[in-house]
Parts: sequence; C-alpha cells; structure tokens
Amino acid sequence: MAATDPMLDSGADFRTRLQTWLPKIVLAPSFAVMVIFVYGFIAFTIYLSFTDSRMLPSYDLVGWQNYERLFRVRQWDTAIINLGIFAGLYIVISTIIGLLLAIFLDQKIRGEGFLRPIFLYPMALSFIVTGTAWKWILDPAIGLETTMHRWGWESFQFDWIKDSDMAIYTIVIAAVWQSSGFVMAMFLAGLRGIDNEILKAAQMDGASNFQMYRRIILPQLRPAFLSAFVILSHLAIKSYDLVVAMTDGGPGTSTWLPALFMYEYTFTRNQMGIGASSAVIMLMTIAAIMVPYLYAELKEQK
Amino acid sequence: MAVASSDTAIRSSNVTRTFIYLFLLLFALFYLMPLGIMLVNSLKPLSEITSGGMIAMPNEWTIEPWLSAWSTAQIGVEPTGLRPYFINSIAMAVPAVAISTVAGALNGYVLTKWHFQGATWIFGLLLFSCFIPFQIVLIPMARILGLLEIAGTTYGLILVHVVYGIGFSTLYFRNYYAAFPTELVRAAQIDGAGFFQIFWRIMLPSSGPIIAVCCIWQFTNIWNDFLFGASFASGDAAPMTVALNNLVNSSTGERPYNVHFAGAIMAAGPTLLVYIVAGRYFVRGLMAGSVKG
Amino acid sequence: MTMMKKLHLGVAALAISATGAVAQEVEVLHWWTSGGEAAALNVLREDLAGGGIGWTDMPVAGGGGSDAMTVLRARVTAGDPPTAVQMLGFAIQDWAAEGALADLNALAEEQNWNEVVPEALQAFSTYDGNWVAAPVNVHSTNWVWANTALMEELGIEQPGSWEEFVAAMQTAQDAGYTALAHGGQAWQDATIFDSIAMGAGGPEFYQAAFVDLDPEALGGAEMVEAFNRMATLRGFVDDNFSGRDWNLATAMVINGEALFQIMGDWAKGEFVNAGMTAGEEFQCFRVPGSEGTVTFNSDQFAMFNVEGDAADSQVAMASAVMSPEFQIAFNVVKGSAPARTDIDPSSFDACGQAAMADLAAAGDAGTLFGSMAHGHANPPSIQNAMYDVITAHFNGEFDAETAAEEMVTAVELAQ
Repeated sequence: MAATDPMLDSGADFRTRLQTWLPKIVLAPSFAVMVIFVYGFIAFTIYLSFTDSRMLPSYDLVGWQNYERLFRVRQWDTAIINLGIFAGLYIVISTIIGLLLAIFLDQKIRGEGFLRPIFLYPMALSFIVTGTAWKWILDPAIGLETTMHRWGWESFQFDWIKDSDMAIYTIVIAAVWQSSGFVMAMFLAGLRGIDNEILKAAQMDGASNFQMYRRIILPQLRPAFLSAFVILSHLAIKSYDLVVAMTDGGPGTSTWLPALFMYEYTFTRNQMGIGASSAVIMLMTIAAIMVPYLYAELKEQK
Repeated sequence: MAVASSDTAIRSSNVTRTFIYLFLLLFALFYLMPLGIMLVNSLKPLSEITSGGMIAMPNEWTIEPWLSAWSTAQIGVEPTGLRPYFINSIAMAVPAVAISTVAGALNGYVLTKWHFQGATWIFGLLLFSCFIPFQIVLIPMARILGLLEIAGTTYGLILVHVVYGIGFSTLYFRNYYAAFPTELVRAAQIDGAGFFQIFWRIMLPSSGPIIAVCCIWQFTNIWNDFLFGASFASGDAAPMTVALNNLVNSSTGERPYNVHFAGAIMAAGPTLLVYIVAGRYFVRGLMAGSVKG
Repeated sequence: MTMMKKLHLGVAALAISATGAVAQEVEVLHWWTSGGEAAALNVLREDLAGGGIGWTDMPVAGGGGSDAMTVLRARVTAGDPPTAVQMLGFAIQDWAAEGALADLNALAEEQNWNEVVPEALQAFSTYDGNWVAAPVNVHSTNWVWANTALMEELGIEQPGSWEEFVAAMQTAQDAGYTALAHGGQAWQDATIFDSIAMGAGGPEFYQAAFVDLDPEALGGAEMVEAFNRMATLRGFVDDNFSGRDWNLATAMVINGEALFQIMGDWAKGEFVNAGMTAGEEFQCFRVPGSEGTVTFNSDQFAMFNVEGDAADSQVAMASAVMSPEFQIAFNVVKGSAPARTDIDPSSFDACGQAAMADLAAAGDAGTLFGSMAHGHANPPSIQNAMYDVITAHFNGEFDAETAAEEMVTAVELAQ
C-alpha cells in the first residue's frame, strides 16, 4: 500500500517535527489504555488462576490445582458441551436466516423500509428487557403451546424450556432472534455492493438465478461471511444475560454456558481461583478463533 | 435505502415473489412477537395477567402501569420510578459514545494514513481487546476506579465504557478509512495541511455513514450494559438497566408484571428509537466499509 | 483527571445543597426492592432521618442477593465500602474474616443483644466473639402453605407425618388438582430439600450432613431416603413446574388449583395481598416430619469499617435496626419473625405468632438450624455444589443412590 511516509519530508523546523510525532501522540492514549485495561487485566486473571483466591484476590500460588479442579467439576463439562451445541447452531442458523432475509429483501421488495427495522430491532434490546417476554412465550402453560391449543390445534406441543435435554435449543432460538437481523444487515450491505454489470452479463449468458447466486454472488460475499462469523462467535462465547434471563442455567444445570460458569464461580460461589482458570480457558478459545482471522486480515493489508 | 442498484439483474416470477413476501412477513411476525407481548401486557390490569390469558388482548385497557413505572414504582426505598435513572443513563451514554467515537476516528485515521512501524500490531492488539469477557475486568477495574477516586460515579462509568468501546470504534473507522483514497491525503499534505487539518477538512466530511454505524453500535452496547453499571455505579448514579433490574428482579415480593413490561419498554425506548430512525444509515455505513474489510 | 475530579466534587456539592445539607449519612446496599419490602425498609430510613441522618440508597436486586455481593466486592476493592450491607449467613463471616467489618460491641453491650438474640443467630452476627452485624429478621423455611377451602373440599386434615402428607397429596392428585405447587429453580428445589432431609434424618443428621459436612452422613442411608422422598414429591408437582417463579406457585395455592406449597414465610405476603387471612382462608404448618425444628435464614445488616462521622451514623443505624419498633414494623410486612425474642407478638397474625413461638422453642431445645438452601448451614461454594446435585436429581438426572454419592464428590470439590 502506498502509505504516506512523513519521515521523508521532515524538515528541521519544530512544526514539521511535531507533525511527525503527532500521529503517535494521538494514538498513544488508546494504546496505553489498552495495555493496562485489557492486557494488564488479562495477565492479572492468568495470575489469579494459579492462586488460592476465594472471595477476594489472594496472592498465594497453588500451581495447577484450579485447572485440575475445573476439569473435575461436572458443570464445566456441561458448559463446554452446551457451548459447542449453542455456538454451532447459533452461528449456522443466524447466518442462514440472515442471508435469506438479505437476499429476499434485495429483490426490490415493497415496504423494505418498513421490514428492515423490524428485523433489526432485536439487536437494540438487551435480554434484561426481553427476558420475561421470552420466558412467557416458551412456557407451555402460558405461551405458544396454550395459545395454539386455544386456537384449536390441540396436539401442538412445545415444552422444550422445561426439558433438560431440549432447553439449550430454546436459548438458541432467542439468540438467533436477537442477532439474525444484524447478520442480515451485513449481508444486505454486501449484496448492495456487488456490481450489477457482472450479473447482467451472466444473465445474458443464460445463467439461472440459482446459478448466479451460487457462482457469482455468494463468493463475493466472503468478507461479509467472515465478519458475521467473527461477530457471532464472539457473541456466542460471551453469552451470559440471555441464559440468566431465560433459564438461569436450568432445568437443573442443563443450560450452563462457560460465561455463566465463570460468573457463578467467581462471584456467587467465592471460588475466584477456579473462576479465573475458566476465564483463561475462554480467552484461549477466543484467541484460537481470532488470531488466525486477524493474521489473515492484517497480512492482506500489508 | 436509496442504494445505487439502478436495475436489479435478478428477476423472478410472481409465484416466487409471493413466496418471498410470505416468508418475510412470517419472519416479521416472529421478530415482533416479544415486543408485542410486552406492549399488550403493559396495558392490562395486573388481575387480568395473573388470572391467565397472558397473551390475550386486554379486556380493559389502562396506562396506569406506564405512569407507575415512570414515576412512582419502588426502585429502592423511595418510590421514584425509573425517571431519575433514565437521566443518569443519558448522562452516561452521550459522553461515552462521543468520546469513544472521536477516539476511534482518530485512531482509524492514524492507522490507515500515517503508517509507521508496528501500526499493524497495535491494530491487532486493539481488535483482540474487543473480545475480552467483561466478567474478568470487574475486580481490577474497581481497584483502578478507586485509585482515581471516581468509583461509584457516572464519570467512572464513562471511563469504563470509553475504554472498552475504543476497540470496536477503531475497527469501524479503520476499515472505512482504509478504502479512502490516500492520494487525497498526500495532496493535502503537499499543500501544507497539517495532521488535524487533514482530519478535519478531508476525512471527517466524508465520514457520515461510518459515524452513524459507530454511534449506533456504541450507543446500543453502552445503554444496554448491566454488569458495569451495577458494579461501578449503583445507588444514585445507577443507569436505567440497573434500575430496571431492581424493578423486575426483586426476589421475595409481589411482582406487578404489567409495570415490569412498561418499564422494560421504557428502558428500551432510546435504543429502539435509534435503530428505527438511524437504521437506514446502518446498512449504508456497513456497506461503505466495515464489511468489505 | 483533576479536571474530572473537580467536576465531580462540584456536582456532589450541588447534590448535597439540593437535598438539604445533611452532615451525617449512611449508605446502604440491599436487595429489598419489591414494593412491600422497600416500604418496610423506608420505616428505617425515616427513623434515621428523624435523628438527622441521611440515607443513600444502593439497591441491587437479582439472584437472591448474589448481584449485590458482586457490587459489594467492587466497592470494597475500590476502597469505598458502603456503611451497611444487607447480608445472609456465611457472607458475614467471610467478610469479617477479611477484617472488613466494624465492631459493634459497645452498642451490643449497652442494649444487651446477647440476651435477646437467639444463639443460633449470634453465630452469624458475631465473629470471634465480636458483634459485626445487626440482625433484622428470622425467616423460617420449613413451612407448608395450604388452601383451606381445598382441604375441606377434599376432606383433608392437617397431616401429622410424612405418610399422611403423602396420602393427602395423593387425594388431591386423584381429584384432579395439583398436589404440590412448586417452581423448578435450584433454590426452590433446595428449600424443599432442607425440610425433607430434616424429616428423613432428624436434627443430628442435618447437623452432620449440612453443617459438619461429614462424608458418611452425606452419602449415608438417611441421605438416600431424603432423595427418595424428593422423588416422591416430584410425582406430585405439575408438568409445568420447571423455571416457575415461587410467587406463581403460591398463586396456584391461592387460586385453589394446588393444595400445598413448601416455601419460606415470605410466601405469606402473597396470601395476605390476595385478601386472605392466616388460619382462615389459608393454613400454615411445619413440613410433616420436621415439627419441633426450625430451619432459618436471617437477613442482617453487616456494618463495614468506616471512619469519623460515618461511624457514628453507623452505630445509630444499628441501634435503629435492633429497636423493637422497627423489628415489628418490618417483620409484620415481610412475613418473618423478629430477630429478637423479647418482642410482643400481638401485632402479628396467626402464622407470625406461631413462627415466633416455634423460634423461641427451637432456640431453647437446640433444634434451630441454619437453612442449607439459604446459605446458613455452609459457605456458598458448598451450598451451590449441593444445589447442583439436588436440582439434577429432582430433574431426573440421577437416582437416589447416585445423588447421595454425587453429594459427597461435589462437597469434596467445593472445599
């Protein structure tokens, strides 16, 4: 990239020298803040994970003990398995629904300006706001199931939230509801950026709609796919409010996720050491996803 | 919304179009369901809710729950309603959004137009910071706010939100400015324009869409935050979400659900408004840069 | 930063002059945010205001106080603890062990707290023999709440044993009612388990398993029996119990859809709000098998180390909390019994009076125990580990024998 190099035309006078340093000075506060508040805190957490901290931080090292305990705790297994199920389904379903909505909205739809905010608004709400409504909808005694019965569909059954094996899927439904509209916006932006001339040319060559999407349009949406994947996976790993608002981990402990585990152990159960070790594992997972993406992304820019 | 697709190349039959409309309407209903339920129940007397029929339309409409949630509901020992906390949230969100957006814009400008050794690394580190789980920062952050003597105040909360907002705002602006022609910057430089002049006269005027995206994103996140608000600014400085939680989550007492729903919609009001009013810029802004990477 | 600080000070000064310049102040962190509770607490606030002491309110609801405890940690870490904090059981001991709590001995001696507060309660209000907290109330958790009309309709007498209890619920279920109104949340499952374990194993077992954490009691025959009884109860709840809030379960009893609910005495407020009278439209009695014992939890105001004027206000607040007037005003609303045993019971209703009598009797007989479900038998890490097992068993993940084994492992890991 032909970047400007202010070093080349640096004169001797003060103003020019100032200009040379300005960019770095401007960036410095953000950099300092980040080093302390992000990486400093991460280092602190890693340190805590090797101590016997319980209610407040302690500085007595205990080696790998917290990690050993962590992997013997049954709920940690549950949380990890749940995260696998949850993240997998959530990312795939949100992407598919977001993509379909974007493609359909891109068909010169009447009322697009009306529909788009409807799809997008859930992203604006936190689960503290919508949690109770979701609980009601999913509760068989008051929500969807009863309503369907009242409308005459007697055999309709939807009691997943009460079922330990199925409850995690209701979390997926609410999570997809929240973010698929946002994914749609990203794809819509991608679609609107595609050059129409290419499509017209392809159409002249007799390509069907399906072929055009598969061969031309979808490949061009690759950056949107990547951004969606990164944003969704980070939301999935951080998911906390959602579980607390909807099931609080239940029935039993069947809907625990790692973020809930971390909060519970650190703050409710006064086992800060174990909580910190679970946080370190979460950070490593995030790094495993993010670092390759960042590497590819930044290498391209050079 | 008026995007430059002069004529879509894709054409479809009437059957397909009917299907598309049906599909979109069905999903619109699905998306509206939770908000609809909240709205309907916020306009019912409590007796109608507890006697069943939580999803039915009200027999008797009332705005009493709304008035109660706004000005008389019990949030702490005093029946203040949500009103004072609403003001706290505004006082917190507006400066935090403004500062983090300005910082993000400057960072993005420096990182794309003033390349220097290690800039890519710095950006990588900043970006990764978006993904830190907030639960781990509570304790060390509390210590630092205590040292700065701004624990438990709106200023402390603003600082926290700015700190953890800079990652995303920098990401947005950097991607946007990466697509901005560097030649213009260089030409201005040759004409003798300084660092801030270029930013002010050349970069900012064309940054409308990305400013919109960044502000929407930051505002939503900051307004909706509960964890930081509860931990660092409970009491008089508490933001709306904390007050709402106090209203809704009381442990061993009666639960006026209609007031809860009215309060919840109020708490959601500003972000909803931002999405509805500025939503169109959102797609445009995303299009203009951030998705293209 | 100095700029910011100046601004902050300026705003603070404005705020003070606006509220009428109070020199002394207490800052109180609590989670009593529902209408009735908050109104009851307001009695205390006004009491203090009468003495010229201001009240800065810091309510943090959610998670039965766990969110408030997170906030407290942030505040203490920031070096700025509140004056007084609503706290339960072991949390008080943990904070006292950190050296964060103030010493109330002078006041306690002057007002003779040692004599009027039951010993089982003092175990939590004092640390190393020093008073660190002022107890507000005593909730007892082993109550059954019943709908009188439904009992009469089904011809059910108040059950006097576990077998009669089961028979009564069977009758209700056969008649098409929900026998036991229950909400499937971990703390509610554990609340039932408290009383059931007490009934199945008796006070010595309760002490050994939940307080002394003796592995033999935790994995023993009584524990298996307790889990078997839980499985029996599981057969009497409706299909839709999971995740239900406790007050909705209470509403089922109020509306005559369900016969019984096992819940702490805070449930009484729901009946009273529905216009019912204790002993008439609704009944309260001890969970069959646990008669003669009381499992309790007690809300207390733990006092943090503060200096100067604040310390004086703090003592004034502790004194106000312990005053008979406040103890009556608060507990009549809250449904609990006062924390002191020398209170005149005449302003309490039938269930309240029964609670006070039971409490005094159990205190004397040594059968007053801290509730495991409510953090008064063991520290939070162990309590929650027990929750996990109890709730997993109740939801059918374990049989009784496995659950008892899991109890041993879970407690070991949490220690």
